[in-house]
Amino acid sequence: MLGLNTKDTTLLIVVAVLALGAPFILNPFPEASSLAQFNAGYPDLMQRFAIFGIFAIGFNILFGLTGYLSFGHAAFLGVGSYSAVWMFKLLGMNVLPAIALSIIVAGLFALLIGYISLRRSGIYFSILTLAFAQMSFNLAYSVLTPITNGETGLQLTLSDPRIFGQSATSDGGIPVTNLLPGFEMRETFTWEIGPWLFQFNTGYYLCAAFLLLAFYLSVRIFRSPFGLMLRAVKSNQQRMHYTGLNTRPYTLAAFVISGMYAGLAGGLLASMDPLAGAERMQWTASGEVVLMTILGGAGTLIGPVLGAGFIKYFENIFSKINDSVLHGWFGFMPDGMENAIIFVSHFFVGKSWHLTLGLLFMLVVTFLPGGLVEGGQRIGRLFRRKPAKDPKSADMKPAE
Amino acid sequence: MDAIILQILNGLDKGSAYALIALGLTLIFGTLGVVNFAHGALFMIGAFCAVTVQRILNLSYETIDPSQTDFLGNPLVVKTPYVHSWFGPETGASIIEWSVPIAIIFAIPIMIAIGFIMERGLIKHFYKRPHADQILVTFGLAIVLQELIKYFYGANPIQTGAPDVFRGSFDFGVLLGFDPNVIIYPYWRLVYFAFAAVIIGAVFAFLQFTTFGMVVRAGMADRETVGLLGINIDKKFTIMFGLAAAVAGLAGVMYAPINSPNYHMGMDFLVLSFVVVVVGGMGSLPGAVLAGFLLGILESFASMNEIKSILPGIDQIIIYLVAIIILLTRPRGLMGRKGVMED
Amino acid sequence: MGILEVKDVGKRFGGLQALGDVNLSVAQNSVHAIIGPNGAGKSTLLNCLVGKLIPDSGSVMFDGQSVLGRKPYEINQMGISRVFQTPEIFGDLTVLENMMIPCFARRDGSFRLHAFESVNREHDLVEKAEQMLIDVNMIDKRHMQTASMSRGDKRRLEMAMCLVQEPRLLLLDEPTAGMARADTNNTIDLLKEIKETRNITMAIIEHDMHVVFSLADRITVLAQGTPLVEDTPDKIKGHPKVREAYLGEAH
Repeated sequence: MLGLNTKDTTLLIVVAVLALGAPFILNPFPEASSLAQFNAGYPDLMQRFAIFGIFAIGFNILFGLTGYLSFGHAAFLGVGSYSAVWMFKLLGMNVLPAIALSIIVAGLFALLIGYISLRRSGIYFSILTLAFAQMSFNLAYSVLTPITNGETGLQLTLSDPRIFGQSATSDGGIPVTNLLPGFEMRETFTWEIGPWLFQFNTGYYLCAAFLLLAFYLSVRIFRSPFGLMLRAVKSNQQRMHYTGLNTRPYTLAAFVISGMYAGLAGGLLASMDPLAGAERMQWTASGEVVLMTILGGAGTLIGPVLGAGFIKYFENIFSKINDSVLHGWFGFMPDGMENAIIFVSHFFVGKSWHLTLGLLFMLVVTFLPGGLVEGGQRIGRLFRRKPAKDPKSADMKPAE
Repeated sequence: MDAIILQILNGLDKGSAYALIALGLTLIFGTLGVVNFAHGALFMIGAFCAVTVQRILNLSYETIDPSQTDFLGNPLVVKTPYVHSWFGPETGASIIEWSVPIAIIFAIPIMIAIGFIMERGLIKHFYKRPHADQILVTFGLAIVLQELIKYFYGANPIQTGAPDVFRGSFDFGVLLGFDPNVIIYPYWRLVYFAFAAVIIGAVFAFLQFTTFGMVVRAGMADRETVGLLGINIDKKFTIMFGLAAAVAGLAGVMYAPINSPNYHMGMDFLVLSFVVVVVGGMGSLPGAVLAGFLLGILESFASMNEIKSILPGIDQIIIYLVAIIILLTRPRGLMGRKGVMED
Repeated sequence: MGILEVKDVGKRFGGLQALGDVNLSVAQNSVHAIIGPNGAGKSTLLNCLVGKLIPDSGSVMFDGQSVLGRKPYEINQMGISRVFQTPEIFGDLTVLENMMIPCFARRDGSFRLHAFESVNREHDLVEKAEQMLIDVNMIDKRHMQTASMSRGDKRRLEMAMCLVQEPRLLLLDEPTAGMARADTNNTIDLLKEIKETRNITMAIIEHDMHVVFSLADRITVLAQGTPLVEDTPDKIKGHPKVREAYLGEAH
């Protein structure tokens, strides 16, 4: 289907079902129950799952396939956000032109940075991209303030021209982003079934649609001759050159494509909440997408989506857990033990959530370089003995 | 002329910090072949050693002084640091005042221990892994260390004072025949520069004149051959890592009075130090030191108003810009050897 | 006029004259071996032919076109394929994927952004790659990950990857270096088979006399960066200069 083999089609369908059914799947606990705090099915968080999923899928096309580790990808996301907000300021509140511009601007920016950075490889490439991203970040805070509004961040105001829309709504507010007039991003339909509460948000479904498209395109790229060339670049550049292949345009194309994915993610972020700040471009933000990709499984199709969901989910849950929540959980224990457990838990929850993330990341890189996907495969192998491979029936070995 | 001298001086202290961190990075990279993204965290831990020693020395007991009352008329609670009661108020006060230099004594064993633990516990498993994996795992470690510090010390910068003798500034201008108060330079920064020079000199002397240093230098030139000679390179690697950690830590301890320590200072310096290493030439110790000072001074020149008015924002990007130009035109860096990660 | 004409090529590294006035002509459909003691400049000469090094002087013409100043991938696209001393293959990919890459390079040139077709649907190329694997007796290994293969198999695969490009000149850099006897014999058989069935032009740099004399039509002996003699294997065997410079040393 859609030019994919059976296995990939199944994968695509699974992702589609998960994405479209997310409001149900992520809200398994009744609203009033004490477990409701583990629900993730509210619009804001679901949007972030999808958006960072797109970001990580794009990053994986570069890092997972070619092995070029960029430490500056957040710059493209930031540029995408700024472009989108400018479209909202100048043109109007429709998200599609804004997202289109985000992708184009991020793509051009990636072309420029990639053209220069890809003249080097290995750690030099990482440092070049890092240097470019930090430069962009510093400039966004300083001289480029007329474009970026410096530390405050770029926001919509009542005096924006919006030539195809209105500067202010009839009741004097700032208009909201929409897909079509009247089809607003923030609109949420709630459905109560018994004690359960499900929320269906327009913005989320737009993000989910883009996520599916992004995922589908990445599957096609992975299975294409282009994808094969990118994996060959990672494996042996020398052999590439002596096989008549020019590696530079291949890596540059991968870099630009992944930059455009980042731009799309940035545009979507701004479409959900029309503001953009320089902190989105900081190198810690670049580090985050690296974490997502590695955690899920670099070079795999589904890994980056899993990694992004995992990190965003636990970021949200862990950072919500505070003392009273902990006391609620461990209250049944004797006081001394309760306090000891809470003392230890402190390191890992609430504001210290990044500590958990850092530890997890070290463990994954050390013991599970293939990320969650490899972990899943190992567990799967424990349960069923691997059937003997029949070389005749097997297709070309696909990257999982 | 005076402005130029002033900027060179201003660049020296930051340049010293860059040079010291870059020196450690290069030592680790050159001998162990490991790209250590947690090196900035070691610098930060050093700075927090100074904070901790200062806090410990300030530990106090409370007494109620009936002769004094607060504004409500209650007897006043007076805090007396233990060191005051042990060494007498005067000696005690100066001990507290000298907490940063005292911290050096504690920082050396602590940093070496941290270095050993890091190398034995984590880094050694990554010698044969790709550079990307090394970057990633040390990046994770840097996050962990940074968050631990944040957990215990909070997110705000903590002021850590230099001894009183070094407060105030030295009037360089008068020395060079300029008017007074034209070129003034804080004493502590002068101390920092001298300290950095001593450490750098010591590291070079150690590498130049000891058998251990000879093996290390040989290892940097050709790791495989040295391994083949049957020299127990593993143990030397561990010691090397401890040494590099100590250099970063000491750089951090002494930097505390210049810039109040905060939990993200390590990351801030790390990014720049990597740039310094690349500019100096991956694997070249003199290159790291030279590039550290050069970039520090360059950064301080770029922040002159005269230059900023011509090229707005240049002070924000100058280091990165230089790094990009160097990497593209001279991939080996200023003093890099042929064949070290050259591609 | 040979397909490869090397004229007065010289190359210095600092004070060392690695190559001095090398002249060489490789005739179409012949196997030309270049032998010589260590340090004779064999590898330097080869690197000058494939664009890794640029000679200081002289010219290298392939089929009437100069190769000097061209990048390795451009020279490959002209029709020169190269086998390395240690087999250079794509270790992370399967055998069949390894074979597909030269197939694409041959058909699509040095770069093409075909990001939306599927590799598996390129039936013509898959068939071509599989046919070549049959020819070199590797078809049952086509789904194997190459990193774990023996050195002989890697060499065989590398050779197949070069051959599937249908090169007009195949350069081999000590193809049996570091190989066990069995693998060496295997490789010689493979080369002989290629020579007989494909009618291909080959230039071989080799240390192993056994390999050279069983394959070559013509042999050039290189010593200290200059060609001593060039002749047929029979004549070379008895040539006094060669005995002195090379065989004498070898025995």
